[in-house]
Amino acid sequence: MRTLLALQGVGKQYDNGTVALQAVDLAVGEHQFVSLLGPSGCGKSTALKMIAGLSPVTSGQIVWPSATGENLAHSQTKDHAKDISFVFQEPTLMPWAKVFENVWLPLRLKGISRSAAQAQVSEALDKVGLAQFAHVYPRELSGGMKMRVSIARAMVTAPRLLLMDEPFAALDEMTRFKLNNDTLALWQAQQFTTIFVTHSVFESVYLSNRIIVMGARPGRVVADIAIDEPYPRSDAFRTTPRYAQWCVQVSQALQNAGEHHG
Amino acid sequence: MASHLPNTTNSIATRAPIYGSAAYLIPRMLPFVVFFMALGAWEAVVRINQIPHYILPAPTLVLQTLWDNLGSLMGSWVFTMKITFGALILAVVGGVALAMLFALNKWVELCLFPFAIVLQVTPIVAIAPLILIFIDSTTAALLLCAWIVAFFPILSNTVVGLRSADHNLRDLFALYRASPWQTLRHLLAPSAMPYFIAGLKIAGGLSLIGAVVAEFTAGAAGKETGLASRILEASFRTEIPKMFAALVLVSLTGIMIYLVFNLVSKLVLGSWHESEVKSSR
Repeated sequence: MRTLLALQGVGKQYDNGTVALQAVDLAVGEHQFVSLLGPSGCGKSTALKMIAGLSPVTSGQIVWPSATGENLAHSQTKDHAKDISFVFQEPTLMPWAKVFENVWLPLRLKGISRSAAQAQVSEALDKVGLAQFAHVYPRELSGGMKMRVSIARAMVTAPRLLLMDEPFAALDEMTRFKLNNDTLALWQAQQFTTIFVTHSVFESVYLSNRIIVMGARPGRVVADIAIDEPYPRSDAFRTTPRYAQWCVQVSQALQNAGEHHG
Repeated sequence: MASHLPNTTNSIATRAPIYGSAAYLIPRMLPFVVFFMALGAWEAVVRINQIPHYILPAPTLVLQTLWDNLGSLMGSWVFTMKITFGALILAVVGGVALAMLFALNKWVELCLFPFAIVLQVTPIVAIAPLILIFIDSTTAALLLCAWIVAFFPILSNTVVGLRSADHNLRDLFALYRASPWQTLRHLLAPSAMPYFIAGLKIAGGLSLIGAVVAEFTAGAAGKETGLASRILEASFRTEIPKMFAALVLVSLTGIMIYLVFNLVSKLVLGSWHESEVKSSR
């Protein structure tokens, strides 16, 4: 498996001295579904923002191996930027713009006109089942639908890497399960890499093929667990003994992290 | 019958009272009814007590005076409107431009904000005489006075508005490498719009007040005169009905400005901002 990006001794220390993240080494392969799992304060969201280039790395580096095999630092890689999409915990839509304009935004910022973007935007909305809602304002949608628009906006650029920061934490369980399945379906169909931040053991086991368990104060990686289960996964997987065993194993890793530094 | 029409409009409209029904009309008519009753009471008090018109003219006499002097009063009204809207346009241009500079650069804000505050807190009647001495053209001096009053609400509201943009959306724009111009146009300007419009509503009324106050200070000098000069002039001649007539025009202008900016607010924000969206609950 080709490595998409690698964190090499990546740390983050804020100006006030707080260490948010301590020397993280992590290589993420292409088309992996990686969950960053941990309690609040473990630096998982910070790690995501650093990968996105939205927050500066204070020690170590993040490298993006190019096709020719050389490691490129963040600033050297000009092209990868357009291949990253980000889904926030809140839908983060522009309330003054209709659904179509919200999904068009990433393309619009690249200078693609409305008519030229029409097909891609419609396709992205179609993928999340909101084709008929292109011309309504976000406030007219439910929480789950807003999150779908947010996912459609992330999908519209056909990214190589999708970063998701606790995207479904604020949704009710039924909606969350549905969006879990939709996310998996998109991931399988579009072949992108996903890094998914969550504090839910159950969600991370259901979705990922690799879970990075993190501990808090200071934020660090405590376990790297491969969830060796086939895709596609459906709701039936949630009731299997195998699923329960994975959940126990991951929960224990999470507890161990807490005990050592509690 | 309106009530038998099938209701095919969306859920927001179904909750509103039916057009033409009592529930629709009463809240809309009531303010007018009370207002005209108050005018009627005024008229009655003046007539019953036979109050002389040079102390308190009856509303009908004010209306008559307004009608008789409409030609000359309208000339003054046009002048006052020129000052008011001239100052407002300058306040919008200056306020928004400076707010954008502040948003782009902290240092600019740090250096210039004290000046803006000095302008804001100094009463306009206190500086107007100075301005009238310093500036030869009365029109320019009046414009400057009205501008000083109208400028600050636009500036301070727009500064807050430009800063109010959602942090995640800012991150998103950074992720997609938006240029500063794209960020301003597609994120900061729409985020600031509700704040700017709130500032505009205040500045609209203030620029009229500024225009009138400045003209009072300037006195009835100059070849072109506004409504304030007419009020002064009428008071010197104890033409009380004429004072009231000019006053009515000033009030009507203020009401018109208020209504126009309310309409602007509805048109610009009506489709998305919570302050103008009708609740469907």
